[in-house]
Amino acid sequence: MTPLLEINGLKKSFGGVIATDDVHLDVIKGEIHAIIGPNGAGKTTLVSQLSGALKPDAGTVLLNGSDITDKPAYARAKLGITRSFQITSLVMGMSVLDNVALAVQARDGHSYRFLKPARKIAHIREEAMLNLAKVGLAKRAHDLTSELSHGEHRQIEIAIALASNAELMLLDEPMAGLGPNESASLVAFLKELKGQRSILLIEHDMDAVFALADRISVLVYGRIIATGLPDEIRSNDAVRHAYLGEE
Amino acid sequence: MDYTLLFVQVLNGLQLGLLLFLVASGLTLVFGILDFVNLAHGSIYMIGAFICASLTFVLGNFLWAVLVALPLTGLVGYAVELLVARRLYDKDHLDHVLGTFGLLLVLDTLAHMIWGPAGITVPLPAWLDGQIELFEGANIPVFRLLIIGTGLAVAAGLFWLVNYTRLGMLIRAGASNRTMVSALGIDIQTLFALVFALGAMLAGLAGMLISPITGATIGMGGQIIITAFVVIIIGGIGSMKGAFIAAVLIGLIDTLGRSFLDSLFELVMSENAAETAAPAVSAMMIYILMAIILAVKPQGLFPPKVR
Amino acid sequence: MKNMTKTSWATLICMVVLAVFPPYFLLHGQAFYMDLATRLVILGIAAVSLNLILGYGGMVSFGHAAFIGLGAYAVGIPSHHATWGGFDLIASYNGLFQLALAIVIAAVFALITGAISLRTKGVYFIMITMAFSQMAFFLFQSLDVYNGDDGLTIDVRSEFPFINLDSPMQLYGLSYGSLVAAMLLVKTIVNSRFGMVLQGAKDNNERMVTLGYNTYFYRLTAYVISGTMCGYAGFLLGNFTTFISPDMMHWTRSGELMFMVILGGASTALGPILGSSVFILMEEILSSFTIFWHLPFGLMLIGLVLFVRGGLMGLLKGKGK
Repeated sequence: MTPLLEINGLKKSFGGVIATDDVHLDVIKGEIHAIIGPNGAGKTTLVSQLSGALKPDAGTVLLNGSDITDKPAYARAKLGITRSFQITSLVMGMSVLDNVALAVQARDGHSYRFLKPARKIAHIREEAMLNLAKVGLAKRAHDLTSELSHGEHRQIEIAIALASNAELMLLDEPMAGLGPNESASLVAFLKELKGQRSILLIEHDMDAVFALADRISVLVYGRIIATGLPDEIRSNDAVRHAYLGEE
Repeated sequence: MDYTLLFVQVLNGLQLGLLLFLVASGLTLVFGILDFVNLAHGSIYMIGAFICASLTFVLGNFLWAVLVALPLTGLVGYAVELLVARRLYDKDHLDHVLGTFGLLLVLDTLAHMIWGPAGITVPLPAWLDGQIELFEGANIPVFRLLIIGTGLAVAAGLFWLVNYTRLGMLIRAGASNRTMVSALGIDIQTLFALVFALGAMLAGLAGMLISPITGATIGMGGQIIITAFVVIIIGGIGSMKGAFIAAVLIGLIDTLGRSFLDSLFELVMSENAAETAAPAVSAMMIYILMAIILAVKPQGLFPPKVR
Repeated sequence: MKNMTKTSWATLICMVVLAVFPPYFLLHGQAFYMDLATRLVILGIAAVSLNLILGYGGMVSFGHAAFIGLGAYAVGIPSHHATWGGFDLIASYNGLFQLALAIVIAAVFALITGAISLRTKGVYFIMITMAFSQMAFFLFQSLDVYNGDDGLTIDVRSEFPFINLDSPMQLYGLSYGSLVAAMLLVKTIVNSRFGMVLQGAKDNNERMVTLGYNTYFYRLTAYVISGTMCGYAGFLLGNFTTFISPDMMHWTRSGELMFMVILGGASTALGPILGSSVFILMEEILSSFTIFWHLPFGLMLIGLVLFVRGGLMGLLKGKGK
């Protein structure tokens, strides 16, 4: 069976610094594959190469077996990859609902009534609302995004990822900056999602990672030093030495 | 082809290129360090020319006038930084553009009020006014050689400054890392003001050098600023090396285009058609060059380093 | 009408004033005010077009005057040849032909320069649009056939069936109607799904790309629409002034257009109209006092940038809160 996402020999360096060093990785349909690693290991750089924001120097990225390495970011999104950002990235000047509606609209296909006011297209607004409700933000739908809290921004990011209906969700530290309660509810939420979507999860919160991940890969200085089931990673000497041991 | 004419025109192109470099270097320096777009930079070029013109009559000698006008232009730049530019740094580029557009109108109108609408012709001392015959048929005005020499010397000085001095190191650390520069205990405000004044002096120098040829006129700043923009876009905004290469390239292409394009066109079209097309195409040539370079390298020949 | 906001009231009032007063003045022998209003309304169309990309799309074009010039020359050149002979292919007084020419040329120029300019961002974009407009300026300056710097006088205005542009009233009617149409068009675009993406990309391009939008394509489309609208304004301006010269495309003209949009309030429907009104009145009043009117104008620009957030519309809305 071909994995949903397959990464072969990915390489990227900035000047003399190697950020991604011969990375091989895959995500199987329906699994949550977590990537952990110390700061500066190149996790966000890796995500950026998968979403298409950065061009790798070498290597290939396959989605459902077809090569997408040279596809620009917007084309990858159309093929079913969505990404959340480590540093919240939303359209701050629009309402919360608008943000999610833009995600719904992106995969809504073309319609001939292209001059119709976007905010009056019922099925888009309803579906956006539905996804906001899933993350518990229906009440704030009509508020200006910039007025919401950091935690709520993280929830909007998830709602957008859901609304985009992507097969593969690249979640870059979704728990970053969340309080313990918020984190716990996000973990519970992602658990429910398990099996429906495939997720590549970058996360620092080890409790969350071990609670959610089907498989874990450890990225250190741009290299994958181990991939395996959570228990295997927990007991892997190299990992303990390189990463867990530091804590 | 007339090789003597070609040689003379290459020197003219080099001269134009070096003057452009003097203006563009100030722009690129200020942008690279301060992340500041200055439309009024051309006005300082004009003010340099006017101050120098007035001083030439007061002091009776062009060269003395340049020496006195240089620090004065630097002071004008410093005043502009202090009064207006400084308040704009932390705003966005749109505000920079609008604010300095206003500044340009103010400075140009002030110059108009002080020096009148007609412009001033600047006389050269006799020994600079003559020509040298480099070889048979190639008569070069001495003053043009002086411009080329000065331009090259300033370029060399700037490379030394940027690459080998402490100020240069701070300049290269630049706006990308304001906090680091402040952490080193450098008064960032003073550094910015210094850089701004230096850029003003460079533009002013260019204005002074051109004034004996074209005179000091009100519209001269608005004309050169766009070409200087084209130079720094092609070179890569913030890059001194890029500004130098692009300036010389544009100086040569513009000058050679204007003098030889019609004879080139006559090879492929009627004389009449060539006479119409050549000026039109040569007027657009540097912009077409810019378009081609940007189509291949959107950030110019020497793009600023990422991060 | 009950749920109309303060700004929509202001818009309505402005548009009514523009519809009623200039014709009233003209009928009472004050042609001067009609002239002023016609210029205001035509520049208003240009400012509305610039607002589409600058205000809503975040594309700071410093070269919009080029489109005005191209539109005006699309009237002047065919008319010039129809009067003086030569270039039979385009020699014509036919308004529909000239209008089509203005629109096609503006659109093509926008498509080519936009395709290159939009590959860049920020300051590069500002400078490149400026440089391209200056290219158009120098091109027409170098064309001796059309008197270069000295410009062209249009002896015969565009000829249309039903409308006579020699009548100030009818020319104003056409310009005013066009302004209303332009404002409605921009409003429709901005509220459409296309407009949502455009505004989203202004605020956060990375997010929009990640959602699957080819924002380059969206921006280019908006840029071409805006350039074409502005070319249409140039077509009207040529017919109004009956004199065209490269000076219409000079980069300082683009700067004035930007000033109108920002002064009035970018990304608001009424802002560009308020901005162009203030600009025209100021130009008229200040320049009657002194030939140095650019000095107070420049100072105002600096003051605007330093102290006024969101332009006049910002002040209007701010008081409402």
